[in-house]
This record gives sequence, structure tokens and C-alpha cells, in this order.
Amino acid sequence: MSRARLWHFHGGLKLDSRTARPASEPLLEIPVPPRLVLPLSQHVGQQAEAVVSPGERVLRGQPIARPSGYVAAKVHASSSGTVVAIEDHPVPHPSGLAAPCIIIETDGLDEPWGGYEPLQDYCTLDGVELRARVRAAGVVGLGGAAFPTAVKLGAGAGLKMLILNGAECEPYICCDEVLLKERPEEVLAGAQVLLRALEIDRCCIAIEEDKPLARQALEAAIAAAGETRIEVVSVPAIYPEGGERQLIKVLTGEEVPARGLPPDIGYLCHNVGTAAAVARAVLGGEPLISRIVTVTGGGVARPRNLQVRLGTPIAALVAACGGYTDEARHLLMGGAMMGFPLPDDSVPVVKATNCVVVASGEDIQPRAPAMPCIRCGECAEVCPAQLLPQQLYWHAHAGELDRLDEYHLFDCIECGCCDVVCPSQLPLTQYFRYAKTELWARDRDRARSDLARDRFESRRARIEAEQETRRRRLEEKTRAANAARGDEDARKAMIDEALERVQARRDDDRADDDK
Amino acid sequence: MKFAATVPPHVRPRTSVTRVMGEVLLALVPATAAWVWFFGPGLLYNMAIAAGVALACEAGALALRGRAVLPQLQDLSALVTAILLAFCLPPLTPWWITATGAAFAILFAKQLYGGLGYNPFNPAMAGYVVVLISFPEAMTRWLPPTGATLGAWETLRFTLTGMLPGNLGWDAVTGATPLDDLRTQLSLARTVGEIRGGELYGLLGGRGWESISAFVALGGAYLLWRRIIRWHIPVAVLLGVFVPAAFFWLINPGAYPPPTFHLVSGATMLCAFFIATDPVSAATSRTGRLVYGFAIGVLIFIIRSWGGYPDGVAFAVLLMNMAVPAIDHFTRPRTYGHAG
Ligand code: SF4
Ligand code: SF4
Repeated sequence: MSRARLWHFHGGLKLDSRTARPASEPLLEIPVPPRLVLPLSQHVGQQAEAVVSPGERVLRGQPIARPSGYVAAKVHASSSGTVVAIEDHPVPHPSGLAAPCIIIETDGLDEPWGGYEPLQDYCTLDGVELRARVRAAGVVGLGGAAFPTAVKLGAGAGLKMLILNGAECEPYICCDEVLLKERPEEVLAGAQVLLRALEIDRCCIAIEEDKPLARQALEAAIAAAGETRIEVVSVPAIYPEGGERQLIKVLTGEEVPARGLPPDIGYLCHNVGTAAAVARAVLGGEPLISRIVTVTGGGVARPRNLQVRLGTPIAALVAACGGYTDEARHLLMGGAMMGFPLPDDSVPVVKATNCVVVASGEDIQPRAPAMPCIRCGECAEVCPAQLLPQQLYWHAHAGELDRLDEYHLFDCIECGCCDVVCPSQLPLTQYFRYAKTELWARDRDRARSDLARDRFESRRARIEAEQETRRRRLEEKTRAANAARGDEDARKAMIDEALERVQARRDDDRADDDK
Repeated sequence: MKFAATVPPHVRPRTSVTRVMGEVLLALVPATAAWVWFFGPGLLYNMAIAAGVALACEAGALALRGRAVLPQLQDLSALVTAILLAFCLPPLTPWWITATGAAFAILFAKQLYGGLGYNPFNPAMAGYVVVLISFPEAMTRWLPPTGATLGAWETLRFTLTGMLPGNLGWDAVTGATPLDDLRTQLSLARTVGEIRGGELYGLLGGRGWESISAFVALGGAYLLWRRIIRWHIPVAVLLGVFVPAAFFWLINPGAYPPPTFHLVSGATMLCAFFIATDPVSAATSRTGRLVYGFAIGVLIFIIRSWGGYPDGVAFAVLLMNMAVPAIDHFTRPRTYGHAG
């Protein structure tokens, strides 16, 4: 299988990579901290339900919270110890709000649970069984979005190719690069398991061309294993190529439909870190209890990559990297482009924590005051979603929400490229994020009032129908009474009729009151 | 430890309006030098007057509108307007004409619409058209590129007083531009070949003019290299002039000058690299810019060949400014993942 060419995705930026220093340091496994804080909700989808209670002893790898829905993942104890509380604790989330967490006081023994058996040969299991193992291990996407991996693996038949994403394009993140350099066999094994789980035989691993060592290590591992279904592809280092829509375009020339997902066109993307986690889970019997985190920025003494137990406070990571420098000003989770700020370093590492940036004043300078848009169009030149950020900004600014929909606001991936090139220093991405929440809020309001109106209208229709039947019944009776006039019963019928009328009027009055 | 909040992206913009405008000014330096070399120092006086008036008007308007004056003056956009306007005026232009043009450009074409970024028309071209219509005679009095110009002092005196030195008449000092001359002579039933033999003409276009055009194009190349402008508009403008010019020249070379003549004459190059590329009043998408630029080029050719003015740049640009909303509407790019 050889690749004739690569395609381009529209826009994007060449950003100065800041990973040379941390990527050159060997991966360091840091000790288990005295307290682990494990949030019940670590990704989109439903929050998990705790299955342990305070006071209970737990072992490393023991499930402590179970998924409460389909799009959810288990949480496992990342070391042995005692559950001391299940309570709200600050978590790394853009909202900055606290959320329910299981808090474990560790005992330093790191005693394994043993509930998951290692597997000698993954080929003894079929796709369904492999997916079940992935699901049981609580594996989620480690690229930052943390979507439950087993859900993605259920994509169904008709897939053409598995794409493993090693195109880390955020200027500060290098956890995948270090993983590929140090443990390429794990990624390879993960790819093999995933291929079997998906029942396909084509995989392409994309690595950015400025990471030759990572690529060489992986290629050597593939050659040693004699694996022919897996191909490594160098892709140009352009941000945001690590976005799966962009990567698919580069590798295949195809576009994922705006309202669709990669499997709709036959591709499935997983991060290389996720593949390694799948290998550890399925083959090693180790659920997702740790991950690699890049700790970097001018505010930390010795930037490097760490293997960290989930639930470890960020402060412990920084300490393992030599502590803060005098320059530490901002703390970010995720990269410099798409990451979000953390108010303090007590928040724990979660499944989505790929990078912690301790930014110095030089890393993040204050924004210059915004000037009016000069319509230079540079934002549209770099927008990977091929939007017109300038128009979006215009309509967001003017509060014209309908126009925002028309200009496909929801296709904005919030990559920040438009910000970086805007000579007028407009905080475009922030505007778009805000405008999206406005639109969501409006749609919620609209749905609510639609519901109220529907209810009101169906009630009115019901009342009208009731009145109509009553009227008809009355007419029939009157007619019958008229026909019988002169009869002995005539008088009785007339009395009945009068009584009916009174009753009907009373009903009507009540219906009116109800209104 | 507590940390200060910041919003993504945390990477800061790489450029600023001031830098964009500053680079534009820088790119015009070689062309300015060439101009002074051929036509004397009049341009510098015009530039100084236009700049002074433009900045004063901008400051006044900003103050009236209750805006912060200094930060906005620093964006240099008023200066760019003034310099481009000065480039369009003949070297001998009395100060009040320059001042009228600059004041109109800033006050009416820019600030009345809401200032930087909101003006639908190119301010420099709007200012130029106003003085072109108001002072038609003065706008045709160009100097010959022969070096037989007025001295620095005499030029300054003319600029300030509008009076030529006592012993000189207009005929002794000024001449038509090559574009103007060509029109007149063609209407006298001479052929292009005969006309271009005259001393006003050089290798490709007018003497002096073609060199200035070359330096303007050099400045344009600098802007392209610095990524201040993109190639779409310049290429489209030049093609828009070239294609119809070549077509008519091939049909009747006696009555139509060669396309290269159009490219290096008048303000074609200035338009392609500096005027039509004004982002505020131009179309925004790639396709839109190709359409916009090409249409400007074609209009320039049409106005020059059959219109009432020797050079059509200002009108072509203003006409297409009007079409920008429509162009933008019909050339919206297809969003990723959305069908054609
Ligand atoms: S943030 Fe949105 S609008 Fe801006 S470049 Fe990225 S996708 Fe385009
Ligand atoms: S980059 Fe900024 S100034 Fe340029 S068009 Fe976009 S929003 Fe306007």
C-alpha cells in the first residue's frame, strides 16, 4: 500500500513549535500522590455513578464509578487506598465550576485489583469481545476530547480505514511524540487490536513531518512486527491538522459532512495515545488509570512529559518538573491555542489532560486593544472550516443570531487561527464561543415556548371539540322532542332539554374560566 | 497557587493595523523617489499637505465622535489615504486642491461612514474624484518627464500661491500625460505607431511613467512578500487591463496601444498593488477578489479607450466598490463539509 499524494486542508497556520525542550526529555513516571481526586464526569456524555462509598478500601484498577448511559465511561481507582469522600471539588473544566469527585487517600502500596486478566493473544477474541474489554477499561480518547472509545468503535460496518492521529499540532503539546518515541510497540499493538475490533485491515498513522524520531521509532516497530496493514504517513506541520476533519482531508482528500461524522465516509480516527491505552487495557488488563501529560511553558523550571496517575493534582506535576519559576503567570490545560485557563493548581489530571502549560508573561502577552475590522480577509484565508470569520464577527457583534446560522457558525471549531492573524486584534474566537451559547440559549427558549404554545393549542382544540359534541347532542334531543310534541312525554322532554341547556352553559362557563 | 485568567487562543495576533499600513507606506518609498527624480519635488509638497490635512481631519472627526484620538491616529490609515491621494495629483497642484481632496477623503468618504473599516468607498479615490471633477483643468497639468521642471523653491511657491514664476506660462511648463496625449492624437487620426515615436514616450509607456510604474510594482512585490496583500487582486487587475487591451490591439494596432503600454501607464500599477488592494473597500473572498480586480482592470481599459477621462483608475475602483456587497454575496466560500 503506498500513498500517491497528500491533500491540503484550507487555511491553517504554521505556528512556532515550542516542544523541542520537553520532547527531548525522557518520559518520567511520577509517584502516586497522597490524595487522588477522580471526577465522576470526565468527558461529554452522562456523568458516571459512584459504586463505592466513603470509608471503603479500593485497589488500583478497581472500578469506582459505572457509566450511567451509553456515551459514558467507567472510572477506576488509579491507586490503592481509602475512599474518604465523594463531594464537589474544583475540576479542570472551562466553566471553572466544582463537580462531584471521588476522593481517595492513597496508602502507598499501589496494590492491584486483579479483576482484569491480561490477554496473551488478542486474536482469540472477536470484535464484540474486544470492544467490551475496551469499554470495561474506561478508555476514552486521549487527544483532549475524551470521547468514550468503545462508543466510537461501535461505528459499524463499511469502514475503509482506521486513522491514528499522531499529528499533534498545538505548539506546546508533545505527549504523543514522546509516547511514539518511547513506546512505539504499544501504539502498534493498539492499532492491531483496533483493526481487529473494527474488523478492517487498513490503518494509517499520521505523524507530523517535524517529528522524524517519532516516525522512525514507529516504523522500526512496524517493520520488526512484519505488520503490512499499517502505514505511517508524514503530514506537514500545520495547525490545526490534528483536528480529525482536517486530518481526514489531508490524508484522503475527502470531507466529513458538516452534520456527519468520519464513519459516514468510511473513516474512524483515534489518537495514538488512545491506541496505546487500548493496548494496555486489552492486552495488559490495565484500565485507564494513568496518562502522559506534557508540562511546559516559561513558568515551569524543567518542562517535560510525565506519566501521571489520573486524579493527581496539577501542583504535583509542576513539582515533578522542578516547580514554578518566577515567570509563572497563567495556568492552562490543553494547548496554547485551544486550551482553557485553570484558576488554580489543585485541580486533578483527568482523562482529557494532555498538556499543562504554565505560561509566563512572555508566553501569553496581554491583548492589544481591538481596532475595527479592516476587512483584510486574512481570517478567512486561515479558517480551516472555510468560514468567513469577519462576517461572523460582524453579525455576532450586531446580535443578528439568524445570520450567524446562515454563515455556519456551528461549523467553527474554535481553533483560534483567525485570532492569530487578525491585524485588528479582534478576539474573534471568543465572540464565536459566546455567540454559540447565545444561539443555544435562544433555541432552548424557543423550544420551551413552542412546547407551551402546542400545549395551549391542543387544549383549546379539545375544548372546542367537546362543545361541538354537546351542541350536536342537544340538537338531536330537541329534534326528537319536537317530533314527540303533543305526546304525553313532550313536557318531560322539554324539561330535559332545559336542564341540558343549563348544564351545558355551566360547562361552558367553567371552560372559559379555565382559559 | 492562583493564576490570572486568559481566553483562548492564548497566542497573540502576529500583526496590527499599524504594521499593515506602515508596510504599505514603506513599500511606496522607491516609487516616491523615482517620481521626484522624474517630475521634481511637487509630489513631496502634495504629500505633506495631504498628510497634514488628513491627519487633522481624522483627529477632529474622532474627537467629535468622542473616540480616543491618539490610538486611532496611530493606525496610520489616514496617512496611507493621504499618500495615495498625493500620488494621483499632478506635481503642480495648488495646496487648496490637495487639501480639498484630503479633507473630502477623510471626512466624507471615511469618517461619515463610521471611520476605519466602515467606508464602502476607497477614501483616496473618492477624494481624487472630487478634485478631478471640481478642478478639471488643474488635474491635467502634468510636467514633462524631461527634467526641464521648476526648481524646488519655485514648485513650493506655486503650490502655496498657485502662481507660476512671472516669466513662464503654462505651455512652457506643463504637458499632457502620455495617456492624455495618446487620446488627443488618436482623435486627430494619427496612428499609435506615429504617436509613440514622440519624445513623451519611452520603451513601453511614457518616459518616466514606466520607470515609476516599475518601482510601484517593486513595492507591490514587497507587500506580497511580506504577506500584507495577497496576489489575487493585483493579478486580476493587471489581467483585467491586459486581456481587453491585447484583444483590441491585435485587431487594430493602429488605433489601440499595445497592452504593455496600458500596464505601465497612468496609475495601473498603483491601482493593482496599492489602491484596489485597500482591504476595507475591496471584496473579501478569493474568488470575490479575482472578480473585483478583473472588473476594475476592464473598467480602466474601457474608460481610457472610450470614456471621458484619460485614466480611469479612480472611477473603476469606485464603481467596483459599489459592487462589493453583491460580489461578496455571490462568492461566499463553501464551508468545509457543506455540499457545493
Ligand atoms: S476559530 Fe472558527 S472561525 Fe476562527 S479560524 Fe477557527 S474555525 Fe475558523
Ligand atoms: S482578520 Fe480581522 S481585520 Fe481582517 S477581516 Fe478578519 S476580522 Fe477583519
